[in-house]
Amino acid sequence: AAQAAEDGIRVLSAEKRIDLTGPIVKVFLTLKVQNTATGADASHVLIAFTPAEADHLAIVKATRAEGKRKKKTYIPLPVSPADPATAAPNGARLYSISLPTPLKPTDTTTVEVFYVLTHSLEPFPAEITQSESQLVYYRDSAVLLSPYHVQEQGTYVKTPSSRVESFTRVDPTSRSGPDVKYGAYGNQLPYAYSPIILHYENNHAFAVVEELVRKVEISHWGNVQVTEHYKLKHGGAKHKGVFSRLEYQARQSISGASSFKNLLARLPPRVHSVYYRDEIGNISSSHLRSDSYKSELEIEPRYPLFGGWHCTFTIGYGMPLQDFLFESADGRRFANLTFGCPLLNTVVDNLTIKVVLPEGSKSPQAVVPFETEQHLETSYSYLDVVGRTTVVIKKKNVVGEHNVPFQVFWKVFLVLGFVAPVSYLTIV
Amino acid sequence: MAEPVANAAAPAPAPGRLRNAFGGVLCAFTLILIGVLAFSIRLFSVIKYESVIHEFDPYFNFRVTQFLSKNGIYEFWNWFDDRTWYPLGRVIGGTVYPGLTLTAGSIWWFVNALNIPLSVETVCVFTAPIFSAIASWATYLLTKEAKGTGAGLMAAAILAMVPSYISRSVAGSYDNEAVAIFALVFTFYLYVKTLNTGSLFYATLNALSYFYMVCSWGGYTFIINLIPMHVLLCIVTGRYSSRLYIAYAPLVILGTLLAALVPVVGFNAVLTSEHFASFLVFIILHVVAFVYYIKGLLTPRLFKMAMTLVITVGLAVCFAVVAILVALVASSPTKGWSGRSLSLLDPTYASKYIPIIASVSEHQPPTWPSYFMDINVLAFLVPAGIISCFLPLSDASSFMVLYLVTAVYFSGVMVRLMLVLAPAACILSGIALSSAFDVLTRSMKFQLSKLFDDGPAISGNGSPNGSSASTVNTSSSKNEKTEKSEAAPKEKQSKKNRRKDKEVTESVSVKPKKEKRLSVLPLEASIVSTLLLIALGGFYVVHCVWAAAEAYSAPSIVLTSRSREGLHVFDDFREAYAWLSHNTDVDDKVASWWDYGYQTTAMANRTVIVDNNTWNNTHIATVGTAMSSPEKAAWEIFDSLDVKYVLVVFGGLVGYPSDDINKFLWMVRIGGGEFPHIKEPDYLRDGQYRVDAQATPTMLNCLMYKLCYYRFVETDGKGFDRVRGYEIGKKHFKLTHFEEVFTTHHWMVRIYKLKPQKNRIRGKLKKLKSQSSKTSSTLAAGRKKNPWQ
Repeated sequence: AAQAAEDGIRVLSAEKRIDLTGPIVKVFLTLKVQNTATGADASHVLIAFTPAEADHLAIVKATRAEGKRKKKTYIPLPVSPADPATAAPNGARLYSISLPTPLKPTDTTTVEVFYVLTHSLEPFPAEITQSESQLVYYRDSAVLLSPYHVQEQGTYVKTPSSRVESFTRVDPTSRSGPDVKYGAYGNQLPYAYSPIILHYENNHAFAVVEELVRKVEISHWGNVQVTEHYKLKHGGAKHKGVFSRLEYQARQSISGASSFKNLLARLPPRVHSVYYRDEIGNISSSHLRSDSYKSELEIEPRYPLFGGWHCTFTIGYGMPLQDFLFESADGRRFANLTFGCPLLNTVVDNLTIKVVLPEGSKSPQAVVPFETEQHLETSYSYLDVVGRTTVVIKKKNVVGEHNVPFQVFWKVFLVLGFVAPVSYLTIV
Repeated sequence: MAEPVANAAAPAPAPGRLRNAFGGVLCAFTLILIGVLAFSIRLFSVIKYESVIHEFDPYFNFRVTQFLSKNGIYEFWNWFDDRTWYPLGRVIGGTVYPGLTLTAGSIWWFVNALNIPLSVETVCVFTAPIFSAIASWATYLLTKEAKGTGAGLMAAAILAMVPSYISRSVAGSYDNEAVAIFALVFTFYLYVKTLNTGSLFYATLNALSYFYMVCSWGGYTFIINLIPMHVLLCIVTGRYSSRLYIAYAPLVILGTLLAALVPVVGFNAVLTSEHFASFLVFIILHVVAFVYYIKGLLTPRLFKMAMTLVITVGLAVCFAVVAILVALVASSPTKGWSGRSLSLLDPTYASKYIPIIASVSEHQPPTWPSYFMDINVLAFLVPAGIISCFLPLSDASSFMVLYLVTAVYFSGVMVRLMLVLAPAACILSGIALSSAFDVLTRSMKFQLSKLFDDGPAISGNGSPNGSSASTVNTSSSKNEKTEKSEAAPKEKQSKKNRRKDKEVTESVSVKPKKEKRLSVLPLEASIVSTLLLIALGGFYVVHCVWAAAEAYSAPSIVLTSRSREGLHVFDDFREAYAWLSHNTDVDDKVASWWDYGYQTTAMANRTVIVDNNTWNNTHIATVGTAMSSPEKAAWEIFDSLDVKYVLVVFGGLVGYPSDDINKFLWMVRIGGGEFPHIKEPDYLRDGQYRVDAQATPTMLNCLMYKLCYYRFVETDGKGFDRVRGYEIGKKHFKLTHFEEVFTTHHWMVRIYKLKPQKNRIRGKLKKLKSQSSKTSSTLAAGRKKNPWQ
């Protein structure tokens, strides 16, 4: 099938916009594709990534624009890794975008692809002192890597500041301030690749949550208790040598430019009993602002994080159950929770979500809109007798785009739900 | 307060059973309330700050408890801790009093067996308040044995909130004393109970309770010396009875055997001088018992003859034994006493010979205000309590007096031992207040009934009080009856010892008659003094609550200050420990003054050189020497100890007074004690300790000064130290062998890293560089093979 598609589809024009302003690389790809072959309908469009990109790929989303101009609507399209049997030169990995309506011969359509790459900015120099600012390398290709013929293509790179130390020239190349433009290039062969490297300043907080365990305890007595254990790291250029508090306090603008001292967590509205602590006690530097749409928790780790420094902390909060618990049509209960990490602009390397259902829940089922690893556990809490069914969901490489709702369904056996209160009474 | 109950406990004889039952329920209810009070008054620290372990030693106990809960009891006994006293290590299982950790560990285990997910930390934080509630109940029992229910409740209520005890048992103050005070009071209770009943059952319990005390705290030597003293007192005052024998002999035998089971005590239970008094009294007791036995067998004349014979022979033998013992003891350098015990017997001992004991603030003798702060009005009530104990003097009340007197002495030697005084003061004050209320309310009752009798009562209404011919004699005889009826169940309990019990009840019931006949006061005077006493109690309560809330609740690892902008939090210690634990290598060694050793191991999980368990003076002296040496010499000392980071506490920027500069003189003294090239006068200018421009060059060049004040002058341009209140002496200097790696937000903790030794061969440097550039180029060549770059 892939071979056929390769033969049949051509990219008429492609535009690749790379956003390098943050610690996470965001790429917007607009492909205008045409099915030129005679006789075969194309139901897939393939996109290609280099092996390194594929390893750091957090999420790929594709939409198809329908209608014209003002009536334009975007229909999300399912994306999945293509059949591994599909041969691609040099180990390039293919992802296939399924089209809801097959593309008839000679038809054209516009597909918009959005993908996020984590850990793709390499700090160089790898170690900096407190007074230096952080420079990073970004590697990509000037021409679009595609299994198809590309007729016309341009690549636009946006960096956070106009301090770009160097960038590879693949003519025509132009730069104005923070923007670098490659192209337009015409008539590229399939799998054409022209490596570029950008060396630029990026002092954004490279906050990397190496491990996040979120425990969501659902109680039928009216509360959802969330406990989140973070293991945070500054993933940027490593701090070298002296840390002078004097420099840091007196010359904040130039000293420790790439360090960060606070983070923002976006929590659901109506959270209560929020706490922020680590294994040695409460951390007093946090602020909570809440309105009816969201709560914002601004937290400061115990010390400012410089490159390579770690810290761990725990955030916990309670939420009213009625905001999250629903009953589905088939009589099952389900909780509508948010996936991902509430901290903004962070990468989570390993995310574990444990949904602890009330005691006596049966046949749990988690519905997550993307691929995750799931299994069941039993956990015990306050005077449990049979234990609580716990749905464990694991995912690697999670970014803010993963903060979407997911559902956990279960069946309730009321009798078992009263075991704990009864055992309380017997003990009291 | 407990006074209504104290009165309710004196019921009329006829509806007595109901009133007794009512009194019992009320008493139990009051006790529960006292327990709640004792627990909740200690929660100020959690409410005002947070649920966190306090200060220094509790962090060690917490760490041990964590280890125990994680690895189990057998691992705990065999635990060799390589995270402290590097490179020596410390055998924790054999050098720690395990009572507290085992208690908290079992609570944790029990709670988790019920699937209540409390963390070890939470259990540790609340152990002390729980045990203070139990301690106040034990106080009730002890005082009740001596002076009845009313005094018991009074004493329990007073103990529940005595500031001295609160200072050691607020939530989070997870230290040995927290459980030890309960064990102390409970052991005393069981001793007195055995003394009163002569029951072997209580004697066995007493030994077990003593065992728990030995497990919990080094202060157990107080018990094993006080009880023999009391036994001796009883013998000397001719109060010997078989009850005394039962109370004492099993305690010594069982108690010593059990004490020897605790690894940290071991053979010390029979080898050190602290325990000799108990054995000596044990022998004396047997001699006395034997004498009494012989006395029972022989006629008085024969007995006299035998006595003279035995005494001459016995004295000779005794002298020989004593001489041998003295010789043995004198041959050991410390005369068989541990340093701390010696400093108790001779208050000047520590400051003369052991600077490390003298350097601890809680080992200093207290000042007078601290008595008022810690026991408040009890200081005035105690003498009244002593008087009350002598009316009548029983075995139990003489014990109380003896306990108080010895505790007052010890508290005068060390502030820390104020804690031992607190229960004694509470008991005696409880007795004083209770008997004062007793006298006052009885005279009020008596005067009122007389008033009524003079007035409307002539018409002859038959109220139980009014109908009785209101003379003092009848009312006192009524009381006597009730006392007898109260004593009745006691008799039933121990039928075997009925005879002795009769002795007790007789001795008790004869004397009150005298006392009560005397104690009728005018109505106005009694009303006024009742009100005054209540006011005194109120003042005490207010003071206790203030002390609990303001004075003793600070966890000392997080400091707060109130300013106009609101509350300001200084969380620098944990900031530094968290930094160490996350950003240094697991096996890095951190050197600091020993005060911060426990916290560093517990919070930062890094190996330390010395810690608060000051078992190796030389090691501490080494660190002290390094801190007081110039940079190069200090670097060499630290390097020889594999130290990678040096941590100092500096309060000069925010005015935190207990920082390392203020402790520095002790480092010099302790260091100089072992390494004579460190001389205290070198650091003093005309006998004065100062770090300003007048300071000596040795002072201004030592490591501690440099690490504390490195780049301090750049904060305000002058280098004004807010603790010392002047500008520092040497302002601009560079560090050559250390580099600053972390300083906390308020500069309170500064961490330096030892710089690696300089590379001596300069020529090789270039070669190395060219080599590295080569490798990088080959790497780049390797990369080019990658098609994606």
